[in-house]
Amino acid sequence: MSLYVDIEKTLGAFHLRAQFESGAQTLALLGASGCGKSMTLKCIAGIETPDAGRIALDGRVLFDSAAHINLSPQRRRVGYLFQQYALFPNMTVFQNIATGAHARHKARRRESVAEKLAMLRLSDIAHLRPHQLSGGQQQRVALARILASEPQAILLDEPFSALDSYLKWQLELELSDALAAFHGVRMWVSHDRDEIFRNCGEICIMEEGKTQPVREKHALFDSPGTVGAARLSGCKNYAAARPASIPRHVTLPEWNLCLETEEDVPPDICQVGIRVHSLRLCEPGAPNAIPCTVARAVEDVLSVILMLRVQGALPGAPLLRFELPKAQWQGDSAAFCIQICPKDILLLG
Amino acid sequence: MDWYPLYNSLRIAAISTFVTFFFGIFSAYYIAKTPRVIKGLLDVVLTLPLVLPPTVVGYLLLRVLGPKRLIGAWVLAVFDTKLVMTWWSAIFATVVVSFPLMYRTARGAFEAFDPALAYAGQTLGLSNSYIFWRIRLPYCRQGILAGAVLSFARALGEYGATSMLAGYTPGRTATISTTVYQLWRTDNDALAFKWVMINIAISFVVLMAVNMLERRERAQKEVRRA
Repeated sequence: MSLYVDIEKTLGAFHLRAQFESGAQTLALLGASGCGKSMTLKCIAGIETPDAGRIALDGRVLFDSAAHINLSPQRRRVGYLFQQYALFPNMTVFQNIATGAHARHKARRRESVAEKLAMLRLSDIAHLRPHQLSGGQQQRVALARILASEPQAILLDEPFSALDSYLKWQLELELSDALAAFHGVRMWVSHDRDEIFRNCGEICIMEEGKTQPVREKHALFDSPGTVGAARLSGCKNYAAARPASIPRHVTLPEWNLCLETEEDVPPDICQVGIRVHSLRLCEPGAPNAIPCTVARAVEDVLSVILMLRVQGALPGAPLLRFELPKAQWQGDSAAFCIQICPKDILLLG
Repeated sequence: MDWYPLYNSLRIAAISTFVTFFFGIFSAYYIAKTPRVIKGLLDVVLTLPLVLPPTVVGYLLLRVLGPKRLIGAWVLAVFDTKLVMTWWSAIFATVVVSFPLMYRTARGAFEAFDPALAYAGQTLGLSNSYIFWRIRLPYCRQGILAGAVLSFARALGEYGATSMLAGYTPGRTATISTTVYQLWRTDNDALAFKWVMINIAISFVVLMAVNMLERRERAQKEVRRA
Protein backbone atom coordinates (compact mmCIF):
# COMPACT_ATOMS: atom_id res chain seq x y z
CA MET A 1 0.00 0.00 0.00
CA SER A 2 2.10 2.89 -1.23
CA LEU A 3 2.03 5.78 -3.62
CA TYR A 4 5.23 7.08 -5.12
CA VAL A 5 5.20 10.49 -6.81
CA ASP A 6 8.10 12.33 -8.39
CA ILE A 7 6.86 14.76 -11.03
CA GLU A 8 7.53 18.09 -12.67
CA LYS A 9 5.21 20.35 -14.60
CA THR A 10 5.53 23.89 -15.89
CA LEU A 11 2.46 26.03 -16.55
CA GLY A 12 3.41 29.52 -17.66
CA ALA A 13 5.41 31.04 -14.82
CA PHE A 14 4.33 28.34 -12.38
CA HIS A 15 6.64 25.42 -11.81
CA LEU A 16 5.41 22.31 -10.03
CA ARG A 17 7.94 20.01 -8.43
CA ALA A 18 6.31 17.33 -6.30
CA GLN A 19 8.20 14.47 -4.72
CA PHE A 20 6.87 12.24 -1.94
CA GLU A 21 5.94 8.73 -0.98
CA SER A 22 2.96 7.75 1.10
CA GLY A 23 2.63 4.77 3.40
CA ALA A 24 -0.20 3.16 5.33
CA GLN A 25 -1.26 6.39 7.05
CA THR A 26 -3.23 9.20 5.47
CA LEU A 27 -0.76 11.54 3.82
CA ALA A 28 -1.56 15.25 3.96
CA LEU A 29 -0.53 17.79 1.39
CA LEU A 30 -0.56 21.06 3.31
CA GLY A 31 -0.12 24.37 1.53
CA ALA A 32 -1.63 27.77 0.82
CA SER A 33 -4.21 28.25 -1.94
CA GLY A 34 -2.69 28.13 -5.41
CA CYS A 35 0.51 26.37 -4.34
CA GLY A 36 -0.08 23.40 -6.66
CA LYS A 37 -1.80 20.95 -4.33
CA SER A 38 -4.80 20.29 -6.56
CA MET A 39 -2.55 20.16 -9.63
CA THR A 40 -0.50 17.42 -7.95
CA LEU A 41 -3.63 15.40 -7.19
CA LYS A 42 -4.85 15.83 -10.77
CA CYS A 43 -1.54 14.51 -12.07
CA ILE A 44 -1.88 11.44 -9.85
CA ALA A 45 -5.46 10.84 -11.04
CA GLY A 46 -4.43 11.27 -14.67
CA ILE A 47 -6.56 14.36 -15.33
CA GLU A 48 -3.41 16.42 -15.88
CA THR A 49 -0.22 15.14 -17.43
CA PRO A 50 3.13 16.03 -15.84
CA ASP A 51 5.98 17.15 -18.12
CA ALA A 52 8.32 14.59 -16.64
CA GLY A 53 8.67 12.13 -13.80
CA ARG A 54 7.12 8.97 -12.45
CA ILE A 55 4.01 7.97 -10.51
CA ALA A 56 3.55 4.46 -9.12
CA LEU A 57 0.72 3.01 -7.03
CA ASP A 58 1.41 -0.23 -5.15
CA GLY A 59 4.25 -0.92 -7.57
CA ARG A 60 1.99 -0.37 -10.60
CA VAL A 61 3.36 2.37 -12.85
CA LEU A 62 0.70 4.96 -13.64
CA PHE A 63 2.99 7.46 -15.31
CA ASP A 64 6.60 7.29 -16.39
CA SER A 65 7.86 9.89 -18.85
CA ALA A 66 11.10 7.97 -19.48
CA ALA A 67 9.26 4.73 -20.35
CA HIS A 68 6.44 6.60 -22.18
CA ILE A 69 3.81 5.20 -19.83
CA ASN A 70 0.73 7.33 -19.19
CA LEU A 71 -2.32 5.34 -18.09
CA SER A 72 -5.73 6.90 -18.74
CA PRO A 73 -7.64 8.03 -15.63
CA GLN A 74 -10.02 5.12 -16.23
CA ARG A 75 -7.22 2.57 -15.80
CA ARG A 76 -5.50 4.15 -12.81
CA ARG A 77 -8.04 3.14 -10.16
CA VAL A 78 -7.52 6.36 -8.28
CA GLY A 79 -10.64 7.83 -6.68
CA TYR A 80 -10.87 11.61 -6.58
CA LEU A 81 -13.17 13.50 -4.21
CA PHE A 82 -13.66 16.84 -5.92
CA GLN A 83 -14.04 20.11 -4.00
CA GLN A 84 -17.61 20.56 -5.23
CA TYR A 85 -18.13 16.74 -5.30
CA ALA A 86 -18.94 16.69 -9.05
CA LEU A 87 -22.12 14.62 -8.71
CA PHE A 88 -23.88 14.04 -12.02
CA PRO A 89 -26.89 16.42 -11.85
CA ASN A 90 -29.07 14.40 -14.23
CA MET A 91 -28.88 11.23 -12.11
CA THR A 92 -30.33 10.20 -8.76
CA VAL A 93 -28.17 9.29 -5.77
CA PHE A 94 -28.60 5.61 -6.65
CA GLN A 95 -27.63 6.15 -10.28
CA ASN A 96 -24.65 8.28 -9.30
CA ILE A 97 -23.29 5.53 -7.09
CA ALA A 98 -24.13 2.94 -9.74
CA THR A 99 -21.84 4.72 -12.22
CA GLY A 100 -19.01 4.01 -9.79
CA ALA A 101 -19.87 0.32 -9.82
CA HIS A 102 -20.48 0.41 -13.58
CA ALA A 103 -16.96 -0.26 -14.75
CA ARG A 104 -16.32 -2.99 -12.17
CA HIS A 105 -18.34 -6.13 -11.61
CA LYS A 106 -21.48 -5.65 -13.67
CA ALA A 107 -23.17 -8.70 -12.20
CA ARG A 108 -23.41 -7.62 -8.60
CA ARG A 109 -23.78 -3.92 -9.31
CA ARG A 110 -27.08 -3.50 -7.49
CA GLU A 111 -25.79 -5.25 -4.37
CA SER A 112 -22.65 -3.18 -4.42
CA VAL A 113 -24.64 0.05 -4.63
CA ALA A 114 -27.05 -1.08 -1.90
CA GLU A 115 -24.09 -1.91 0.31
CA LYS A 116 -22.55 1.54 -0.13
CA LEU A 117 -25.93 3.24 0.42
CA ALA A 118 -26.31 1.44 3.73
CA MET A 119 -22.72 2.03 4.76
CA LEU A 120 -22.96 5.80 4.30
CA ARG A 121 -26.58 6.04 5.53
CA LEU A 122 -27.93 7.11 2.14
CA SER A 123 -30.64 4.47 1.62
CA ASP A 124 -33.47 6.90 2.48
CA ILE A 125 -32.38 9.47 -0.08
CA ALA A 126 -31.37 7.09 -2.89
CA HIS A 127 -34.13 8.43 -5.17
CA LEU A 128 -33.21 12.14 -4.81
CA ARG A 129 -31.14 14.20 -7.23
CA PRO A 130 -27.97 16.04 -6.20
CA HIS A 131 -29.54 19.52 -6.07
CA GLN A 132 -32.03 18.25 -3.47
CA LEU A 133 -29.24 17.21 -1.07
CA SER A 134 -27.38 19.12 1.63
CA GLY A 135 -23.65 19.67 1.25
CA GLY A 136 -22.88 16.89 3.70
CA GLN A 137 -25.14 14.42 1.91
CA GLN A 138 -23.54 15.34 -1.41
CA GLN A 139 -20.16 14.60 0.06
CA ARG A 140 -21.28 11.19 1.31
CA VAL A 141 -22.74 10.36 -2.11
CA ALA A 142 -19.49 11.35 -3.79
CA LEU A 143 -17.57 9.17 -1.38
CA ALA A 144 -19.96 6.24 -1.84
CA ARG A 145 -19.58 6.58 -5.61
CA ILE A 146 -15.79 6.47 -5.28
CA LEU A 147 -15.90 3.45 -2.95
CA ALA A 148 -18.23 1.64 -5.38
CA SER A 149 -15.57 1.98 -8.08
CA GLU A 150 -13.16 0.08 -5.79
CA PRO A 151 -10.11 2.31 -6.16
CA GLN A 152 -6.66 1.54 -4.82
CA ALA A 153 -6.20 5.12 -3.69
CA ILE A 154 -8.52 7.95 -2.64
CA LEU A 155 -7.53 11.58 -3.09
CA LEU A 156 -9.44 14.20 -1.11
CA ASP A 157 -9.22 17.70 -2.53
CA GLU A 158 -10.09 20.25 0.19
CA PRO A 159 -13.02 18.06 1.31
CA PHE A 160 -14.66 20.77 3.45
CA SER A 161 -14.08 23.88 1.38
CA ALA A 162 -17.64 23.80 -0.02
CA LEU A 163 -19.29 23.60 3.40
CA ASP A 164 -20.28 26.07 6.09
CA SER A 165 -18.01 25.87 9.08
CA TYR A 166 -20.72 24.86 11.57
CA LEU A 167 -21.44 21.76 9.48
CA LYS A 168 -17.86 20.69 9.21
CA TRP A 169 -17.27 18.95 12.51
CA GLN A 170 -19.94 16.26 12.20
CA LEU A 171 -18.91 15.65 8.60
CA GLU A 172 -15.29 15.43 9.52
CA LEU A 173 -16.07 12.68 12.02
CA GLU A 174 -18.12 10.81 9.38
CA LEU A 175 -15.51 11.22 6.70
CA SER A 176 -12.72 9.97 8.93
CA ASP A 177 -14.84 6.92 9.86
CA ALA A 178 -15.54 6.17 6.21
CA LEU A 179 -11.88 6.60 5.32
CA ALA A 180 -10.77 4.36 8.16
CA ALA A 181 -12.77 1.55 6.53
CA PHE A 182 -10.90 2.04 3.29
CA HIS A 183 -7.77 -0.04 2.95
CA GLY A 184 -5.73 1.77 0.37
CA VAL A 185 -3.65 4.85 -0.15
CA ARG A 186 -5.30 8.00 1.21
CA MET A 187 -4.21 11.54 0.43
CA TRP A 188 -5.79 14.62 1.96
CA VAL A 189 -5.20 18.06 0.54
CA SER A 190 -5.98 21.15 2.60
CA HIS A 191 -4.75 24.56 3.71
CA ASP A 192 -6.25 24.01 7.18
CA ARG A 193 -3.57 22.79 9.59
CA ASP A 194 -6.04 21.77 12.31
CA GLU A 195 -8.06 19.63 9.92
CA ILE A 196 -4.84 18.06 8.62
CA PHE A 197 -3.47 17.39 12.11
CA ARG A 198 -6.67 15.66 13.24
CA ASN A 199 -7.04 13.43 10.19
CA CYS A 200 -3.59 12.63 8.85
CA GLY A 201 -0.54 10.80 10.10
CA GLU A 202 2.11 12.22 7.84
CA ILE A 203 2.40 15.66 6.33
CA CYS A 204 4.05 16.94 3.20
CA ILE A 205 4.33 20.73 3.11
CA MET A 206 3.96 22.36 -0.29
CA GLU A 207 5.10 25.89 -1.03
CA GLU A 208 4.93 27.66 -4.39
CA GLY A 209 4.76 24.39 -6.28
CA LYS A 210 7.56 22.62 -4.38
CA THR A 211 7.10 19.87 -1.87
CA GLN A 212 9.21 19.43 1.24
CA PRO A 213 10.15 16.02 2.64
CA VAL A 214 7.28 14.04 4.19
CA ARG A 215 7.31 14.19 7.99
CA GLU A 216 5.42 12.59 10.82
CA LYS A 217 2.88 15.17 12.04
CA HIS A 218 4.11 15.54 15.64
CA ALA A 219 7.71 15.90 14.50
CA LEU A 220 6.65 18.54 11.98
CA PHE A 221 4.70 20.61 14.50
CA ASP A 222 7.46 20.31 17.13
CA SER A 223 10.26 21.36 14.80
CA PRO A 224 9.03 22.68 11.45
CA GLY A 225 12.57 23.54 10.29
CA THR A 226 11.62 26.21 7.77
CA VAL A 227 9.67 29.45 8.02
CA GLY A 228 7.15 28.20 5.44
CA ALA A 229 6.45 25.01 7.37
CA ALA A 230 6.22 26.93 10.65
CA ARG A 231 3.76 29.39 9.13
CA LEU A 232 1.57 26.60 7.69
CA SER A 233 1.66 24.84 11.04
CA GLY A 234 0.16 27.96 12.61
CA CYS A 235 3.16 29.71 14.19
CA LYS A 236 2.45 33.47 14.40
CA ASN A 237 5.66 35.10 15.71
CA TYR A 238 8.95 35.35 13.83
CA ALA A 239 12.17 37.24 14.40
CA ALA A 240 15.51 37.30 12.62
CA ALA A 241 18.09 35.24 14.48
CA ARG A 242 21.74 34.20 14.54
CA PRO A 243 23.73 31.89 16.84
CA ALA A 244 24.94 33.61 20.04
CA SER A 245 28.54 33.37 21.28
CA ILE A 246 27.38 31.21 24.21
CA PRO A 247 26.41 27.64 23.21
CA ARG A 248 22.67 26.86 23.15
CA HIS A 249 21.76 30.51 22.95
CA VAL A 250 20.27 32.46 20.06
CA THR A 251 20.60 36.18 19.41
CA LEU A 252 17.58 38.13 18.12
CA PRO A 253 19.07 41.43 16.94
CA GLU A 254 15.72 43.13 16.12
CA TRP A 255 14.50 42.58 19.68
CA ASN A 256 17.90 43.05 21.26
CA LEU A 257 17.52 39.72 23.05
CA CYS A 258 19.52 36.60 23.72
CA LEU A 259 17.44 33.51 24.52
CA GLU A 260 18.41 30.10 25.74
CA THR A 261 17.53 27.14 23.51
CA GLU A 262 17.28 23.45 24.26
CA GLU A 263 19.38 22.28 21.33
CA ASP A 264 22.53 23.63 19.73
CA VAL A 265 21.73 26.49 17.40
CA PRO A 266 22.62 25.55 13.81
CA PRO A 267 25.01 28.01 12.13
CA ASP A 268 22.66 28.53 9.16
CA ILE A 269 19.73 29.72 11.30
CA CYS A 270 17.78 32.67 9.80
CA GLN A 271 14.78 33.09 12.06
CA VAL A 272 13.15 31.83 15.21
CA GLY A 273 9.44 31.06 15.45
CA ILE A 274 7.50 31.46 18.69
CA ARG A 275 4.02 29.97 18.97
CA VAL A 276 1.44 32.11 20.73
CA HIS A 277 0.41 29.33 23.10
CA SER A 278 3.96 28.62 24.30
CA LEU A 279 4.33 32.10 25.80
CA ARG A 280 3.61 32.54 29.57
CA LEU A 281 3.45 35.47 31.97
CA CYS A 282 6.43 35.57 34.33
CA GLU A 283 8.34 37.66 36.87
CA PRO A 284 11.06 39.98 35.60
CA GLY A 285 14.46 38.28 35.68
CA ALA A 286 13.09 34.76 35.15
CA PRO A 287 14.95 32.59 32.58
CA ASN A 288 14.17 33.63 28.99
CA ALA A 289 12.00 36.50 30.21
CA ILE A 290 11.01 39.04 27.57
CA PRO A 291 10.01 42.47 28.97
CA CYS A 292 7.23 44.01 26.90
CA THR A 293 4.76 46.85 26.64
CA VAL A 294 1.32 46.51 25.11
CA ALA A 295 1.12 48.17 21.68
CA ARG A 296 -2.37 47.07 20.88
CA ALA A 297 -5.12 44.94 22.43
CA VAL A 298 -7.77 43.25 20.31
CA GLU A 299 -10.69 41.50 21.95
CA ASP A 300 -11.40 38.04 20.52
CA VAL A 301 -14.29 35.69 21.37
CA LEU A 302 -12.70 34.01 24.40
CA SER A 303 -9.44 35.84 24.84
CA VAL A 304 -7.67 39.13 24.36
CA ILE A 305 -5.03 39.24 21.66
CA LEU A 306 -2.15 41.48 22.70
CA MET A 307 0.38 42.82 20.24
CA LEU A 308 3.48 43.39 22.38
CA ARG A 309 6.44 45.65 21.74
CA VAL A 310 9.62 44.08 23.10
CA GLN A 311 11.43 46.57 25.35
CA GLY A 312 14.69 47.72 23.79
CA ALA A 313 13.69 46.49 20.33
CA LEU A 314 14.89 48.31 17.22
CA PRO A 315 12.37 50.63 15.55
CA GLY A 316 10.28 48.66 13.04
CA ALA A 317 10.91 45.35 14.76
CA PRO A 318 7.98 42.89 14.55
CA LEU A 319 5.47 42.93 17.39
CA LEU A 320 4.97 39.79 19.47
CA ARG A 321 1.51 38.26 19.45
CA PHE A 322 0.30 36.95 22.80
CA GLU A 323 -3.08 35.87 24.08
CA LEU A 324 -4.58 36.17 27.55
CA PRO A 325 -7.87 34.76 28.83
CA LYS A 326 -10.30 37.66 29.23
CA ALA A 327 -10.43 37.22 33.00
CA GLN A 328 -6.70 37.87 33.31
CA TRP A 329 -6.73 41.06 31.29
CA GLN A 330 -7.39 44.18 33.32
CA GLY A 331 -7.25 46.56 30.41
CA ASP A 332 -4.22 48.49 31.63
CA SER A 333 -1.32 48.83 29.25
CA ALA A 334 1.34 48.40 31.90
CA ALA A 335 4.60 46.71 31.06
CA PHE A 336 4.97 43.04 31.94
CA CYS A 337 7.19 40.09 31.25
CA ILE A 338 6.51 36.98 29.25
CA GLN A 339 8.59 33.88 29.11
CA ILE A 340 9.31 31.16 26.61
CA CYS A 341 10.56 27.69 27.49
CA PRO A 342 13.89 26.88 25.69
CA LYS A 343 12.37 23.79 24.05
CA ASP A 344 9.54 25.85 22.52
CA ILE A 345 11.77 28.15 20.48
CA LEU A 346 11.52 26.97 16.86
CA LEU A 347 14.86 27.29 15.08
CA LEU A 348 14.16 27.94 11.42
CA GLY A 349 16.61 27.76 8.52
CA MET B 1 -54.73 26.40 -52.27
CA ASP B 2 -51.71 24.24 -53.10
CA TRP B 3 -50.00 23.18 -49.86
CA TYR B 4 -46.92 21.78 -51.57
CA PRO B 5 -44.61 24.73 -50.55
CA LEU B 6 -45.44 24.16 -46.84
CA TYR B 7 -44.76 20.43 -47.12
CA ASN B 8 -41.56 21.01 -49.08
CA SER B 9 -40.29 23.71 -46.70
CA LEU B 10 -40.95 21.56 -43.63
CA ARG B 11 -39.23 18.47 -45.02
CA ILE B 12 -36.21 20.48 -46.18
CA ALA B 13 -35.94 22.19 -42.79
CA ALA B 14 -36.40 18.88 -40.93
CA ILE B 15 -33.74 17.01 -42.91
CA SER B 16 -31.30 19.90 -42.73
CA THR B 17 -31.85 20.23 -38.96
CA PHE B 18 -31.17 16.51 -38.58
CA VAL B 19 -27.86 16.92 -40.45
CA THR B 20 -26.74 20.10 -38.68
CA PHE B 21 -27.76 18.66 -35.30
CA PHE B 22 -25.16 15.88 -35.35
CA PHE B 23 -22.65 17.77 -37.44
CA GLY B 24 -22.92 20.85 -35.19
CA ILE B 25 -22.60 18.91 -31.93
CA PHE B 26 -19.58 16.94 -33.05
CA SER B 27 -17.84 19.99 -34.52
CA ALA B 28 -18.50 21.94 -31.33
CA TYR B 29 -17.19 19.10 -29.19
CA TYR B 30 -14.04 18.34 -31.15
CA ILE B 31 -13.14 21.91 -32.11
CA ALA B 32 -13.28 22.91 -28.43
CA LYS B 33 -10.38 20.49 -27.85
CA THR B 34 -8.08 21.73 -30.63
CA PRO B 35 -5.18 24.17 -30.04
CA ARG B 36 -6.15 27.83 -29.83
CA VAL B 37 -4.93 28.99 -33.24
CA ILE B 38 -6.72 26.19 -35.10
CA LYS B 39 -9.80 26.71 -32.97
CA GLY B 40 -9.92 30.42 -33.82
CA LEU B 41 -9.52 29.72 -37.53
CA LEU B 42 -12.12 26.93 -37.70
CA ASP B 43 -14.46 29.05 -35.65
CA VAL B 44 -14.30 31.86 -38.19
CA VAL B 45 -14.69 29.54 -41.18
CA LEU B 46 -17.67 27.71 -39.65
CA THR B 47 -19.41 30.92 -38.57
CA LEU B 48 -18.87 32.66 -41.91
CA PRO B 49 -22.18 31.46 -43.49
CA LEU B 50 -23.99 33.31 -40.70
CA VAL B 51 -22.72 36.70 -41.88
CA LEU B 52 -22.24 36.12 -45.62
CA PRO B 53 -25.15 37.13 -47.88
CA PRO B 54 -27.07 33.94 -48.79
CA THR B 55 -26.47 34.72 -52.46
CA VAL B 56 -22.74 34.49 -51.85
CA VAL B 57 -23.22 31.12 -50.16
CA GLY B 58 -25.40 30.05 -53.08
CA TYR B 59 -22.78 31.15 -55.56
CA LEU B 60 -20.03 29.25 -53.75
CA LEU B 61 -22.21 26.13 -53.55
CA LEU B 62 -22.94 26.32 -57.27
CA ARG B 63 -19.20 26.61 -57.86
CA VAL B 64 -18.71 23.09 -56.43
CA LEU B 65 -22.12 21.41 -56.94
CA GLY B 66 -22.99 22.71 -60.42
CA PRO B 67 -23.17 20.01 -63.14
CA LYS B 68 -19.92 21.23 -64.74
CA ARG B 69 -18.08 21.75 -61.46
CA LEU B 70 -15.87 19.46 -59.41
CA ILE B 71 -18.37 17.53 -57.24
CA GLY B 72 -21.42 18.14 -59.44
CA ALA B 73 -19.70 16.73 -62.53
CA TRP B 74 -18.43 13.69 -60.64
CA VAL B 75 -21.88 12.86 -59.21
CA LEU B 76 -23.39 13.36 -62.66
CA ALA B 77 -20.86 10.98 -64.21
CA VAL B 78 -21.10 8.29 -61.53
CA PHE B 79 -24.76 8.45 -60.42
CA ASP B 80 -26.28 10.18 -63.42
CA THR B 81 -27.92 12.72 -61.10
CA LYS B 82 -27.81 16.49 -61.03
CA LEU B 83 -27.19 18.01 -57.60
CA VAL B 84 -28.99 21.24 -58.42
CA MET B 85 -32.56 22.17 -59.36
CA THR B 86 -34.19 19.26 -57.45
CA TRP B 87 -36.24 19.64 -54.26
CA TRP B 88 -33.42 18.27 -52.11
CA SER B 89 -30.85 20.67 -53.61
CA ALA B 90 -32.19 23.23 -51.15
CA ILE B 91 -30.90 21.02 -48.30
CA PHE B 92 -27.31 21.83 -49.27
CA ALA B 93 -28.12 25.51 -48.95
CA THR B 94 -30.06 25.26 -45.68
CA VAL B 95 -27.44 23.02 -44.04
CA VAL B 96 -24.63 25.45 -44.77
CA VAL B 97 -26.63 28.52 -43.77
CA SER B 98 -28.13 27.10 -40.55
CA PHE B 99 -25.02 25.19 -39.44
CA PRO B 100 -23.40 28.16 -37.60
CA LEU B 101 -26.48 28.56 -35.36
CA MET B 102 -26.33 24.93 -34.24
CA TYR B 103 -22.55 24.98 -33.93
CA ARG B 104 -22.40 28.15 -31.86
CA THR B 105 -25.23 27.32 -29.46
CA ALA B 106 -23.87 23.79 -28.95
CA ARG B 107 -20.42 25.21 -28.31
CA GLY B 108 -21.84 27.69 -25.80
CA ALA B 109 -23.61 24.84 -24.03
CA PHE B 110 -20.47 22.69 -23.94
CA GLU B 111 -18.41 25.58 -22.59
CA ALA B 112 -20.84 25.94 -19.69
CA PHE B 113 -20.29 22.26 -18.84
CA ASP B 114 -18.39 21.73 -15.58
CA PRO B 115 -15.19 19.87 -16.56
CA ALA B 116 -15.02 18.32 -13.09
CA LEU B 117 -18.02 16.16 -14.05
CA ALA B 118 -16.08 14.64 -16.96
CA TYR B 119 -12.98 14.17 -14.79
CA ALA B 120 -15.08 12.52 -12.09
CA GLY B 121 -16.47 10.13 -14.69
CA GLN B 122 -13.00 9.27 -15.94
CA THR B 123 -11.59 8.58 -12.48
CA LEU B 124 -14.61 6.36 -11.80
CA GLY B 125 -13.60 4.27 -14.81
CA LEU B 126 -16.42 5.37 -17.14
CA SER B 127 -15.58 5.34 -20.84
CA ASN B 128 -15.33 8.63 -22.70
CA SER B 129 -18.33 7.80 -24.88
CA TYR B 130 -20.41 6.97 -21.78
CA ILE B 131 -19.42 10.36 -20.34
CA PHE B 132 -20.35 12.11 -23.59
CA TRP B 133 -23.76 10.50 -24.10
CA ARG B 134 -24.88 10.00 -20.48
CA ILE B 135 -23.39 12.99 -18.69
CA ARG B 136 -22.26 15.75 -21.03
CA LEU B 137 -25.21 15.71 -23.48
CA PRO B 138 -27.94 15.51 -20.80
CA TYR B 139 -26.23 18.37 -18.94
CA CYS B 140 -26.20 20.53 -22.10
CA ARG B 141 -29.57 19.24 -23.39
CA GLN B 142 -31.56 22.49 -23.20
CA GLY B 143 -28.91 24.56 -24.96
CA ILE B 144 -28.47 21.99 -27.70
CA LEU B 145 -32.23 21.72 -28.25
CA ALA B 146 -32.47 25.51 -28.45
CA GLY B 147 -29.74 25.43 -31.11
CA ALA B 148 -31.61 22.77 -33.09
CA VAL B 149 -34.86 24.74 -33.00
CA LEU B 150 -33.06 27.92 -34.08
CA SER B 151 -31.37 26.19 -37.00
CA PHE B 152 -34.75 24.67 -37.98
CA ALA B 153 -36.23 28.17 -38.04
CA ARG B 154 -33.33 29.47 -40.09
CA ALA B 155 -33.62 26.60 -42.58
CA LEU B 156 -37.34 27.24 -42.92
CA GLY B 157 -36.74 30.89 -43.74
CA GLU B 158 -33.85 30.33 -46.17
CA TYR B 159 -34.42 32.09 -49.50
CA GLY B 160 -31.26 33.36 -51.24
CA ALA B 161 -29.07 30.30 -51.53
CA THR B 162 -32.12 28.03 -51.92
CA SER B 163 -33.45 29.93 -54.94
CA MET B 164 -30.01 29.72 -56.56
CA LEU B 165 -29.56 25.99 -55.97
CA ALA B 166 -33.13 24.72 -56.33
CA GLY B 167 -34.79 27.49 -58.29
CA TYR B 168 -38.57 27.81 -58.30
CA THR B 169 -40.59 25.08 -59.96
CA PRO B 170 -44.21 24.93 -58.69
CA GLY B 171 -44.97 21.50 -57.23
CA ARG B 172 -41.31 20.45 -57.36
CA THR B 173 -38.84 22.86 -55.77
CA ALA B 174 -41.15 25.58 -54.47
CA THR B 175 -40.75 26.49 -50.80
CA ILE B 176 -42.71 29.02 -48.75
CA SER B 177 -40.10 31.72 -49.22
CA THR B 178 -39.66 31.25 -52.98
CA THR B 179 -43.44 31.00 -53.38
CA VAL B 180 -44.00 34.33 -51.62
CA TYR B 181 -41.52 36.00 -53.94
CA GLN B 182 -43.06 34.41 -57.03
CA LEU B 183 -46.62 35.32 -55.99
CA TRP B 184 -45.66 38.91 -55.24
CA ARG B 185 -43.82 39.19 -58.59
CA THR B 186 -46.90 37.92 -60.45
CA ASP B 187 -49.19 40.31 -58.55
CA ASN B 188 -51.05 37.57 -56.65
CA ASP B 189 -51.12 39.69 -53.52
CA ALA B 190 -53.88 37.83 -51.63
CA LEU B 191 -52.18 34.44 -51.83
CA ALA B 192 -48.78 35.93 -51.07
CA PHE B 193 -50.29 37.43 -47.91
CA LYS B 194 -51.64 34.01 -46.86
CA TRP B 195 -48.21 32.42 -47.15
CA VAL B 196 -46.64 35.33 -45.28
CA MET B 197 -49.07 34.77 -42.39
CA ILE B 198 -48.35 31.04 -42.39
CA ASN B 199 -44.64 31.72 -42.27
CA ILE B 200 -45.02 34.23 -39.41
CA ALA B 201 -47.15 31.74 -37.45
CA ILE B 202 -44.56 28.96 -37.77
CA SER B 203 -41.68 31.28 -36.83
CA PHE B 204 -43.67 32.55 -33.86
CA VAL B 205 -44.17 29.05 -32.48
CA VAL B 206 -40.53 28.17 -33.06
CA LEU B 207 -39.22 31.24 -31.26
CA MET B 208 -41.59 30.59 -28.35
CA ALA B 209 -40.07 27.12 -28.10
CA VAL B 210 -36.54 28.59 -28.08
CA ASN B 211 -37.47 31.04 -25.32
CA MET B 212 -39.02 28.29 -23.24
CA LEU B 213 -35.97 26.07 -23.61
CA GLU B 214 -33.63 28.88 -22.65
CA ARG B 215 -35.70 29.81 -19.62
CA ARG B 216 -35.75 26.20 -18.47
CA GLU B 217 -32.01 25.98 -18.89
CA ARG B 218 -31.43 29.11 -16.84
CA ALA B 219 -33.73 27.86 -14.10
CA GLN B 220 -31.90 24.53 -13.99
CA LYS B 221 -28.51 26.24 -13.76
CA GLU B 222 -29.76 28.31 -10.85
CA VAL B 223 -31.02 25.25 -9.04
CA ARG B 224 -27.65 23.61 -9.54
CA ARG B 225 -25.79 26.64 -8.28
CA ALA B 226 -27.93 26.80 -5.16
